[in-house]
Amino acid sequence: MNKILAKQRLSKEVFRMEIEAPEIAEARHPGQFIILQMGGDFGERIPLTIANADPVKGSITLIFQAVGETTHRLALLEPGDTIQNLLGPLGKPTDIKKYGKVVCVGGGIGVAPLFPIVEGMKKAGNEVTVIMGARTKELLIMEEDMRAIADEVIVVTDDGSYGRKALVTVPLKEICEEDKPDCVVIIGPPVMMKFAALTTKPYGIHTIVSLNTIMIDGTGMCGGCRVTIGGETKFVCVDGPEFDGHLVDWDNMLLRLGTYKSEEAEAHHRCHIGLKINEGEA
Amino acid sequence: MHVTKEVLDAQAKALLEQLNDTPLRPKDRAKIPLQEMPSQAPEVRVCNMEEVALGYTENQVRLEAMRCIQCKNQPCIAGCPVSIDIPAFIAEAAKGDYGKSVEIIKESSLLPSICGRVCPQEVQCQKFCTVGKMHKDVEQSVSIGRIERFVADYAREHGLEKIPSIKPDSGRKVAVVGSGPASISAAADLRREGHTVMMFEALHKAGGVLVYGIPEFRLPKKIVEHELQNLKDMGVEIRPNYLVGKTRKIADLMEKDGFDAVFVGSGAGLPKFLGIEGENYVGVFSANEYLTRSNLMKAYAVGKSQTPLYRSKNVAVFGGGNVAMDAARTAKRLGAEEVIVVYRRTEVEMPARREEVTHAKEEGIKFLFLHAPLKITANEKGRVNGVELITCELGEPDASGRRRPVEIPGSEKIYDFDTAIIAIGNDSNPLIKATTDGIEVNRRGNFIVNEETCETTLKGVYAGGDIVLGAATVILAMGQGRRAAKAMNTYLKGLA
Ligand SMILES: Cc1cc2nc3c(=O)[nH]c(=O)nc-3n(C[C@H](O)[C@H](O)[C@H](O)COP(=O)(O)OP(=O)(O)OC[C@H]3O[C@@H](n4cnc5c(N)ncnc54)[C@H](O)[C@@H]3O)c2cc1C
Ligand SMILES: Cc1cc2nc3c(=O)[nH]c(=O)nc-3n(C[C@H](O)[C@H](O)[C@H](O)COP(=O)(O)OP(=O)(O)OC[C@H]3O[C@@H](n4cnc5c(N)ncnc54)[C@H](O)[C@@H]3O)c2cc1C
Ligand code: SF4
Ligand code: SF4
Ligand code: FES
Repeated sequence: MNKILAKQRLSKEVFRMEIEAPEIAEARHPGQFIILQMGGDFGERIPLTIANADPVKGSITLIFQAVGETTHRLALLEPGDTIQNLLGPLGKPTDIKKYGKVVCVGGGIGVAPLFPIVEGMKKAGNEVTVIMGARTKELLIMEEDMRAIADEVIVVTDDGSYGRKALVTVPLKEICEEDKPDCVVIIGPPVMMKFAALTTKPYGIHTIVSLNTIMIDGTGMCGGCRVTIGGETKFVCVDGPEFDGHLVDWDNMLLRLGTYKSEEAEAHHRCHIGLKINEGEA
Repeated sequence: MHVTKEVLDAQAKALLEQLNDTPLRPKDRAKIPLQEMPSQAPEVRVCNMEEVALGYTENQVRLEAMRCIQCKNQPCIAGCPVSIDIPAFIAEAAKGDYGKSVEIIKESSLLPSICGRVCPQEVQCQKFCTVGKMHKDVEQSVSIGRIERFVADYAREHGLEKIPSIKPDSGRKVAVVGSGPASISAAADLRREGHTVMMFEALHKAGGVLVYGIPEFRLPKKIVEHELQNLKDMGVEIRPNYLVGKTRKIADLMEKDGFDAVFVGSGAGLPKFLGIEGENYVGVFSANEYLTRSNLMKAYAVGKSQTPLYRSKNVAVFGGGNVAMDAARTAKRLGAEEVIVVYRRTEVEMPARREEVTHAKEEGIKFLFLHAPLKITANEKGRVNGVELITCELGEPDASGRRRPVEIPGSEKIYDFDTAIIAIGNDSNPLIKATTDGIEVNRRGNFIVNEETCETTLKGVYAGGDIVLGAATVILAMGQGRRAAKAMNTYLKGLA
């Protein structure tokens, strides 16, 4: 049982939660995630990245978007409530070291898991540029947090409601042309990661992506999270979540993410009727 | 034809009355008909998740126990990996003293209601039974496992179980990693000596394969829960959601958290894949994933469970062991119209328990022997639509003593399937090895241990069960847990 210490709404659908988890706070590194489960016997296990941790206080921070049943249920919890099951830290930490010039690209909710990596890359002595994008202004999160640590922050929106009207791949390509970075880290929706990785490929830049496949146990036991990397099968939960973006079989990953599309659409319908989180802004 | 429990019981009752008080010679005993296990009718049980085998009635168990001729040389005991005093517990069952009967079993096995259900008896205790030999048919052996199951269930349901006595606090602390049968039995034996025992389990529920792998219809989860409750009542603390190696390393447990010794029972939780084309298409699952979704995540409770299940019509299951049977029978219960087990040898070589194969056939599971998968095909959405199979014939025996399947060139053919489940076994979980300096493993990733003591190459760290044996059995895991605990108790006593 893990107690929720604080909760904040970052945008219409995005929430930040600080949760008591002393062992995880002590052991975790940037890039790692947890799996949580609630709702007795019938709840689903879902992975969420550890966006931040305070080992002294013994807490971790999660930032999540309410997209389906479990994340909606989570969004309804308040400080003082508890999460039944929380396992972590899982996965391998990000390979943080001094590369020189690093560009970190975040799309949508992917900006949250990117944050500890930006922090880590900065600490390791890199010059860090952040490119962050969202569909529209309301969905943009953590701009201030990023500005506080990165050397440069470029904001784009699909509809131009804030920052530059562009997809993240546009400024990324410009940077690759002008001043080739030594490492690019990309976290966001799979389609965005696919195209961002394709953008850096011709320049031969070391490109790290963080894959968000469907998971169950998160311990390497089921193989449900498997992806094809350079022709080999890998388990995202133990071999990843980060991989060389140029080796990922994106099309296969995208197909696998849609495995339960029809089944989940039904559940989603259910949670929008029964679990409506109140309409509201951050 | 399916015979109901009521009819089986009435037959047993009539025969018992007939035999009443007549002294029985061994020949008479061997003539008592083998008592059939009452079960749910096949057409009923494929529509539910409840236990298939219903257990003997009291009349049946008495009669079956009377079939035992109490051999002087006790060949059955040698067949049981933990050497249960089989004739003795059967004699008590025949008398109707079930409490005493279970006490005899518990001297050697801590989990009789589980082993009585899932042990491969026909290749262990019952293989050597004299009665079976007299009939020249191992299936006519005394049903040792079924009697074991009855007395254990009876004791549990009638409150006849004795909570073992716990010695005063020894001042020592032991960590037990994992919560499968190896860990459960190690924890119990360590706790009895008065040590503080903490059990760490990665998943949100304890029990290991007994909970996430073996389906409800073969092993009701309330029985596993009962055993875990017994552990808690003895004072063992169970910590779920704790992945040793990630949440904390073994070195930290020993150096920072004050654990004097560690038992590792982390199991063989690494699914093997076939390495064929198309294995990552949508609709291809490891048996572990398929079974975990259904069992641990309760996805079979559609509408209640939040974990979704893949909807299938035609399912191919690759493999021929218990895991394959469980996956196939689960798929049937989840609504698949046709489920075919594809196995590259013949029925004789199948490692699955006989009873499970029989049950699967009764439930309409089909078998395609002497066939091996070559590749999986998919439609334009990446969803499985077929499997290419090749026909095999049996060649020379291989290292396992079974005849090796040899592919017949030119016999390739594509079959229609929308789901493929891979049940060809599990390798050892590599996480602990990868995060612990000093633990050595063999070529297959299994921990190397001292056979007598189960101690690993790292001092104070012991291991048992599937992590040592490779994917094996519940009773072997349990036996190793006990052996390790015995050595650990000695080790802990010797600590200054
Ligand atoms: C390693 C890892 C780290 C993650 N970190 C974060 C994080 O920090 N913040 C966050 O908001 N989300 C994160 N995710 C995604 C998160 O796990 C999913 O959003 C969550 O599982 C959805 O659960 P649900 O029950 O609410 O929705 P469901 O009802 O399960 O799904 C709702 C919709 O989301 C889609 N979906 C389901 N699972 C995923 C997934 N894994 N990735 C993308 N889409 C999915 C479904 O197809 C469906 O359209 C991470 C995923 C992984 C694998
Ligand atoms: C589907 C299926 C059907 C089977 N049917 C039969 C049968 O009919 N008869 C039979 O005798 N045997 C059967 N077996 C085999 C039997 O279940 C196993 O041999 C037995 O469970 C092994 O016990 P164990 O204690 O070694 O480990 P497991 O039961 O595998 O338990 C290991 C536990 O450790 C946990 N764990 C792993 N790593 C860590 C870690 N780092 N930190 C914390 N926890 C960890 C795992 O989550 C798991 O819960 C079957 C197996 C399967 C998969
Ligand atoms: S534990 Fe297994 S092998 Fe031993 S007597 Fe019982 S059923 Fe037979
Ligand atoms: S071998 Fe068979 S008949 Fe003989 S004692 Fe054992 S169970 Fe009884
Ligand atoms: S989630 Fe099961 S192996 Fe990765």
